[in-house]
Amino acid sequence: MSAQTALAHELLDTPRMSVWRRLSRVQAAQIVIVLVVLCVIFSIMAPDAFPTVFNLRSIILNTSIFAVLGVGATLVIITAGIDLSIGSVLVFSSVIGAQVMGAMGAQGWGAALAGTIASIAAGAVWGLINGLLVAKAKVPAFIVTLGTLGAALGLAQVITGGIDLYEIPTVLVDTVGFGNVFAEVPTLTVIAAAICVLGGILLHKTRFGLYTYAVGSNPEACRRVGINVDRQLIGVYVISGTTAGIAGILSVAYFQQTTIGGNSMTALTVIAGVVIGGTSLFGGIGTIFGTVIGLLIPVMLQAGFIIIGVQAYWQGVVVGMFLIGAVYLDGVRRARAFKGSGKKSKPLQVGGLTLRGKEKEG
Amino acid sequence: MAILEARGIVRTYGQVVALDEADFTVEAGEVTALIGDNGAGKSTMIKILSGTEQPEGGTILFKGKEVKLSKPADARNLGIETVFQDLALCPHLDAVNNLYLGREVKRKGLLGALGFMNRKEMKEGSVGAFSELGATVRTLTEPVGSMSGGQKQSIAVARSASWANEIIFLDEPTAALGVVQTKNVLEMVKRVRDRGIGVVFISHSMPEVLQVSDRVQVMRRGRRVAVYKTSETSLEELVGTMTGALDEEVA
Ligand SMILES: Nc1ncnc2c1ncn2[C@@H]1O[C@H](COP(=O)(O)OP(=O)(O)OP(=O)(O)O)[C@@H](O)[C@H]1O
Ligand SMILES: [Mg+2]
Repeated sequence: MSAQTALAHELLDTPRMSVWRRLSRVQAAQIVIVLVVLCVIFSIMAPDAFPTVFNLRSIILNTSIFAVLGVGATLVIITAGIDLSIGSVLVFSSVIGAQVMGAMGAQGWGAALAGTIASIAAGAVWGLINGLLVAKAKVPAFIVTLGTLGAALGLAQVITGGIDLYEIPTVLVDTVGFGNVFAEVPTLTVIAAAICVLGGILLHKTRFGLYTYAVGSNPEACRRVGINVDRQLIGVYVISGTTAGIAGILSVAYFQQTTIGGNSMTALTVIAGVVIGGTSLFGGIGTIFGTVIGLLIPVMLQAGFIIIGVQAYWQGVVVGMFLIGAVYLDGVRRARAFKGSGKKSKPLQVGGLTLRGKEKEG
Repeated sequence: MAILEARGIVRTYGQVVALDEADFTVEAGEVTALIGDNGAGKSTMIKILSGTEQPEGGTILFKGKEVKLSKPADARNLGIETVFQDLALCPHLDAVNNLYLGREVKRKGLLGALGFMNRKEMKEGSVGAFSELGATVRTLTEPVGSMSGGQKQSIAVARSASWANEIIFLDEPTAALGVVQTKNVLEMVKRVRDRGIGVVFISHSMPEVLQVSDRVQVMRRGRRVAVYKTSETSLEELVGTMTGALDEEVA
């Protein structure tokens, strides 16, 4: 009995890991350091142009829409899935949103609100299609979302004849697109931040979030304890579609038009950011915070390169190297974290019958 | 009377007849060892009795009433829990979340309805469950994937033990464990039995079987070929029955 209470005490008293140790194990923390270093380098090379309110504001603004997409993409990747369709779904949703707003006279809050709802709903429907195909039809997520990547963009082009829509309500553009909540804090960024916080709470505090990790970690274990794995996957893909729909309307507000031709690389940029931010492509690991940090890297590189006069095309090269490095580190970490499980002592067995007891443990 | 009784269970995998009209019984407050050579059908029997596999023939009686276990939840609702050969833990989750997986404690009121969990209560419950069984889990907040085989085993056993109120199946819970961990798991098995729960224990280790069980049921080639009281059998008899050398005497 006393041994038991002692154990109970030991468990409850387990010293919490110091905040720093905890942080240092998260890839996002390492990426924060990289980010700071980049910031310092660019600031030294262009002290007049880089560390300015204007430049920082535009970096944050350019990250905002990616971050909204990143919330859904993070959830999907934590389930060991992938959603390649988010860029095309963004385009499709913004086209639907713009069409609804155009049909309502393209002015006023009524039209803006209807367009927003239509855009988000359109994204959610694509998410549902992805989710059903992945969870129920058991088609690999890579293939499903490669298919819907083509389909969503194709349909957007069919609807518009390939020509971008420009009839966007001024109220939407002035408030969400260009407005500031106060001082130099863009409304668009505040909306994106709110979505990231909500996504973080959903992922880290709720049962839905826990099941997202669990399904990515061991789906069979989930089934055995009665978790509805299919429903969880569908839910996660619907969220990914929904965040793409939100990004669609934000993008329309920001650019004052749809961007049919401008999103071919969006999904890859977002997925790269998610992975650089420490979310594991193998599932079970990831944070929204990491994703936001991971997405700041490519945006900051692009801004920095332009300012110091390096061809902006180099950004793609550098981000590519970051991405490969991040996945490599993920693999190293996995190998290290789970090496303990391989330690087995072999009892002497013949035909499944243990002749001699277990050897002393190694 | 037996809590759970399986009669004439048939299950095939293509050409392989895993269970060929096999019988099996579980009594309350008893440790039943289920033994047999590799491929005898032990795991298949447990999978059927825990609702993860479906039999092609035969009947299952729970407390004398015929039941159908068409999914794991059906068995769990009857108070039947299982520790599978592969443990079925989520390596990235910590011990608390693994223990409560699928049965999370929600917060009260609106937050609970929104899916927020009562982490504190789950943590305290976990401490209770682990210490009651003497499990050697050192930390509740690290991913279980990085723990030793014995610790994972303890978590899997503690999880099932803390939810089982009728029967617990343990498929080779001591395979791959060291001496100390094996002893711990066997202690856990006895403690669960002393709570009045029927424990079914698959093992290839005859010394373990003789040490921990109250009864032994032997399977060979998809059939139960013998039932012994542990106090009235011997290593030689068990091995002989398993391999078929004692066929005549049993029949
Ligand atoms: N999913 C499956 N698909 C095909 N064959 C299977 C499957 N599961 C079990 N079998 C076969 O059924 C037979 C019984 O298997 P089972 O796993 O029940 O044996 P066991 O007694 O648990 O053996 P062990 O001691 O090796 O764990 C074996 O011949 C096995 O190959
Ligand atoms: Mg087996």
